[in-house]
Amino acid sequence: MKYEKPVITKLQSGMMNKFGSSPLYARKIRTEIDSVPIAELVGKFGSPLYVFSEQKLRNRYRELYGLFQNRYPQVTFGWSYKTNYLQAICAVLHQEGAIAEVVSEMEYDKARKLGIPGNQIIFNGPHKSMPALEKAAKEGAKINIDHMDEIFDLEKVSDKLKKKIKAGMRLNMDTGIHPQWSRFGFNLESGQALDAVKRMAGAGKIVLNGLHCHIGTYILEPDAYAVEVEKMVQFANEVEEQFGFNIEYIDIGGGLPSQSKLKGTYLPPEVAIPSLDSYAEKITDALYRNLKPGDFPELILENGRAIVDEAGSMITTLFASKRLPDGRRAYITDAGVNNLFTSFWYKFNIEVDRELSGLNEPSIIYGPLCMNIDVIDEGSLLPPLERGTRLIISPIGAYNNTQWMQFIEYRPNVVLISENGTVDLIRVSESLEDIERNERLPGRLIIEVKKPEKND
Amino acid sequence: MSRIQHLAVNDEGFVFDPTTGESFTVNSTGLFILNKLKEGLTETEIEKQLTETFDEVPEELQRDMSDFLQQLKSMGIV
Repeated sequence: MKYEKPVITKLQSGMMNKFGSSPLYARKIRTEIDSVPIAELVGKFGSPLYVFSEQKLRNRYRELYGLFQNRYPQVTFGWSYKTNYLQAICAVLHQEGAIAEVVSEMEYDKARKLGIPGNQIIFNGPHKSMPALEKAAKEGAKINIDHMDEIFDLEKVSDKLKKKIKAGMRLNMDTGIHPQWSRFGFNLESGQALDAVKRMAGAGKIVLNGLHCHIGTYILEPDAYAVEVEKMVQFANEVEEQFGFNIEYIDIGGGLPSQSKLKGTYLPPEVAIPSLDSYAEKITDALYRNLKPGDFPELILENGRAIVDEAGSMITTLFASKRLPDGRRAYITDAGVNNLFTSFWYKFNIEVDRELSGLNEPSIIYGPLCMNIDVIDEGSLLPPLERGTRLIISPIGAYNNTQWMQFIEYRPNVVLISENGTVDLIRVSESLEDIERNERLPGRLIIEVKKPEKND
Repeated sequence: MSRIQHLAVNDEGFVFDPTTGESFTVNSTGLFILNKLKEGLTETEIEKQLTETFDEVPEELQRDMSDFLQQLKSMGIV
């Protein structure tokens, strides 16, 4: 008889038996990523390890771009830097044709350093310092104004540069979904947006040439975008008629969902998330219904998550297991919430690198941090896992390489598997020198190492 | 008599506790251990018999045993 780790599971009578011996998890096996064996990746680059698939990234971009390009003549994708601003990831997407969408001076500088000219950068965000605004204005960036103070600031920049500055403005509005994002830009319904346009027209220093709106993130209702587009185009028409501005672009922001599972949702993402095709249809249909005949302003989308999330996986290694007092099995892995920030709101897909036998049992997966919050998965049915088993966690390409924390542990390597299967290290794991490079220890606090006293 | 002596255990690994009405499933290794515990064998004796009966018993057998016993304790079986 073949040995299996001994397991006993309580049966729940009167309800569907979730704890049976379903082989579901036994089937969730992944031995490679883009034909590169997991063992080879870990052998060469260690664990935990972020792995990006260039093929998936490019395919996803092309697929999504194609959905809009097939329907509307002028489409631009702004790559949302905050979603993942690793240079290699940004470079792949720029190669595919995306311009940069940045929300801070740091992101702006990153895009410029990567070789993106100012006029290929959309500059959003509520905090644009005067030097950043001046730089962006000089370099011809697409600045989308967030608030009245920014109008005043940009007018000062206009005085300083002695030229009129083209800029867009950010709007917020009711698109019928909750929560309504109202903190970015000028509110449409209250008349705040129109007041701002009046101010710009009156001062004559800013030439309004674009409208921007970001209705939220992980939006599961395509109709919300249709409402957004309708309201934006109507506002554009109003602004053009009343003030003589020419609105050259309609930037509808981001927020398209990826195939990740939000915690607390019951249906799997394939069922819960509408097809991206339906978003493209709603958006372009709303454009055609509301635009003036023959007028085709540039349609800009700032996609992040929908493009990169599924291209990223995390390989982590099972370091230890224990039994909790309530009977659940707990596993400790070498990647935690420090590496997987999105575990706070996503339930990840977890695969294992080997065939496993044994009954599934409710299991909890902890990260390596000495912190109670470090939970990667609160409850999955897993067969008993051996120490050293690799777990492949996905999708993790969005936000985890920007919101990760240097906390308790070193941040690990990040690799990119190219389309021909070569593996490039795109971010080297950290060392103590990296972490302490910017620290300064005052001389008076330096600890003197005493030499051991000699006995004779 | 302890609770474990009362358990009805079939060869397929279905376990029924007539006192509480609770039922459980147990895999082949678990079933072996459960039956041996019912017979009153000690942990060391069971480990020895497991090694003799099953193929490829791993080094961490003691660990697995202690984990299984903890599980039984958390369920109030032992």
